[in-house]
Amino acid sequence: MVKVLMKGNEALAEAAIRAGCRYFFGYPITPQNEIPHYLSKRLPEVGGVFVQAESEIAAINMVYGAAGCGARVMTSSSSPGISLKMEGITYMAGAELPCVIVNIQRGGPGLGSIQPAQSDYFQAVKGGGHGDYKLLVLAPATIQEMVNLMGKAFDLADEYRNPVMILGDGILGQMMEAVELPEQKDLGKLPDKPWATTGAKGRAPNLINSLYLDASELEKHNHHLQRKYERMAKEMLWEEYKTDGADIVLVGYGSSARIARAVVDKARAEGIKAGLFRPISLFPFPKPALQAACAQAKNVLTVEMSMGQLVEDVRYNLEFKVPVHFYGRAGGMVPTTRDVMEEVKRIVSNGEGGGTV
Amino acid sequence: MITVFERPAALTSAKTHYCPGCTHGIIHRLVAEVIDELGIREETIGVSPVGCSVLAYNYFNIDMQEAAHGRAPAVATGIKRVFPRKVVFTYQGDGDLASIGIGEIVHAAARGEKFTTIFVNNAIYGMTGGQMAPTTILGQESMTSPDGRNPATQGYPIRVAEMLATLEGAVYIARVSVHNPQEVARAKKAIKTAFELQIAGKGFSLVEVLSSCPTNWGYTPTESLKWIADKMIPVYPLGVKKPLEEEKS
Amino acid sequence: MLNVEFDEERCKGCEICTSVCPKNIVVMADRLNAMGYHPATVIEQEKCISCSFCARMCPDVVITVRKEERK
Repeated sequence: MVKVLMKGNEALAEAAIRAGCRYFFGYPITPQNEIPHYLSKRLPEVGGVFVQAESEIAAINMVYGAAGCGARVMTSSSSPGISLKMEGITYMAGAELPCVIVNIQRGGPGLGSIQPAQSDYFQAVKGGGHGDYKLLVLAPATIQEMVNLMGKAFDLADEYRNPVMILGDGILGQMMEAVELPEQKDLGKLPDKPWATTGAKGRAPNLINSLYLDASELEKHNHHLQRKYERMAKEMLWEEYKTDGADIVLVGYGSSARIARAVVDKARAEGIKAGLFRPISLFPFPKPALQAACAQAKNVLTVEMSMGQLVEDVRYNLEFKVPVHFYGRAGGMVPTTRDVMEEVKRIVSNGEGGGTV
Repeated sequence: MITVFERPAALTSAKTHYCPGCTHGIIHRLVAEVIDELGIREETIGVSPVGCSVLAYNYFNIDMQEAAHGRAPAVATGIKRVFPRKVVFTYQGDGDLASIGIGEIVHAAARGEKFTTIFVNNAIYGMTGGQMAPTTILGQESMTSPDGRNPATQGYPIRVAEMLATLEGAVYIARVSVHNPQEVARAKKAIKTAFELQIAGKGFSLVEVLSSCPTNWGYTPTESLKWIADKMIPVYPLGVKKPLEEEKS
Repeated sequence: MLNVEFDEERCKGCEICTSVCPKNIVVMADRLNAMGYHPATVIEQEKCISCSFCARMCPDVVITVRKEERK
């Protein structure tokens, strides 16, 4: 198989086509615009539909309608746009509709910037909209992984009847790497969706809905959803790099993990036993693997492009047994290996970092 | 004996939750009759709104999706783009369509999405307890315009049919009423025309139906019908606002 | 078979049908139905002209209308 050089956003878009996605509804926002640019050209070529909606709110509700018809459908946006989509996302979680949502994160809060960030972690993994719900959240760190996770995202969405989020950032969206693309998925072999609204021919009507006026029925529905989120535990994904016997384990996802990985090599070269734990599924969070990787560690350091979000989950999932430090940059600033390395040295020499222990 | 009037098959046997005399029931029935007459019950997908008709999915014997407040036209866009040959309609009230969802309806019409919207205008928010709607007429009392809608502070009612009729993507826009048997017959004809144009693949169609809200208006059901005729129609004139050009000639 | 039949258990007693009958034969019953409403009913079936005005205006689809088949 030949490798092609592709921009992250375009690779994601092509991977969606290969995964059998034929419907895209979205609204322009930087830094994810290459996704709609690519799909507006590519989808009609394969008999698909591209609609530029009047807003992110409209776009996600178009996704709702299409997903309710059983289609493989996606939208993409960046942080402020994802906030707008939260209404539709919670409705889709409530109505158990599969879809893929791409968030190529940029700096916030508010209009923020158009530079890369990772400050939507909480919004992605804790639900984001109202009500008790979870998204499956996948965080690629390379363009190849973006491609691979896109296919997986559509399969997981269908399997669990749940929205799946690909949580990227402006760096991953804009950078180019050589990728190997999968074969086109056979559209005839996509999963059956007998619950979809296709016209009530020869059967009782189907309903796509998240309204349960009876409190006990809604509680029952919530229990049903919760059991589903628990079942998702088997989808945990992570990568470890030199964590065996590491004194300090760096934890980061996406672009930050690439920086952290370079720091691990630098630290090892200077005789510091450092390792990297990279969660790939942010929900479900790979708790057992993180605990195992950090069992012998004297310190843990999260590296993030935020003011400290992943760090909370790392502390929680390590059950506060290991000191967890935090190093982050925000607003579109990217951590440098030199600064993270200094942080590692400070922690190793005094057991103290920039964050609280 | 032959039956000249009976419950349409496109309605379920469920009793509605609507207040006594609320004309939502008539409008539901008209939509169901049209679905039956066109023989499209198994080919139709409906979208219910948020508001009094949120539970419309319990009453139509067809596949349905329940949309977020105001988003029914976006949901219908998603459905119709996946199934261009199915018949798709939204059923929306004035708060849903003309307030929170005004963006969605305008752009669905502008794109010429090939579905039909049944827009029920009763000039008030019913489900939430009688607040002022975007279509509340000047001087009309509501829970949030207790001294009557005052244009100086609360602005003017929106004439949705006339506004949407300016858009090229809309092929059929009509305003009808259900305040007497003759108007009910005309309303049904308009709904049927809208569905037929959708089936012909012509473009976006919308039928605005003036409807009553005895509970929140504070009138009896029969007084409410008179209020439609006396107070609403002068503000919201009935008629076809946008015919197809070729149909005109 | 009756010309006009009311499924009285579905009636919410709104009285709209009584106001549109050209023969004034639709009246409200004294009894209450299971929902607690006085249902509409027809007293003089023979006067019914099967115009369907009552049925057309009924928000609760209570009414079925029939007529003699023309030979």
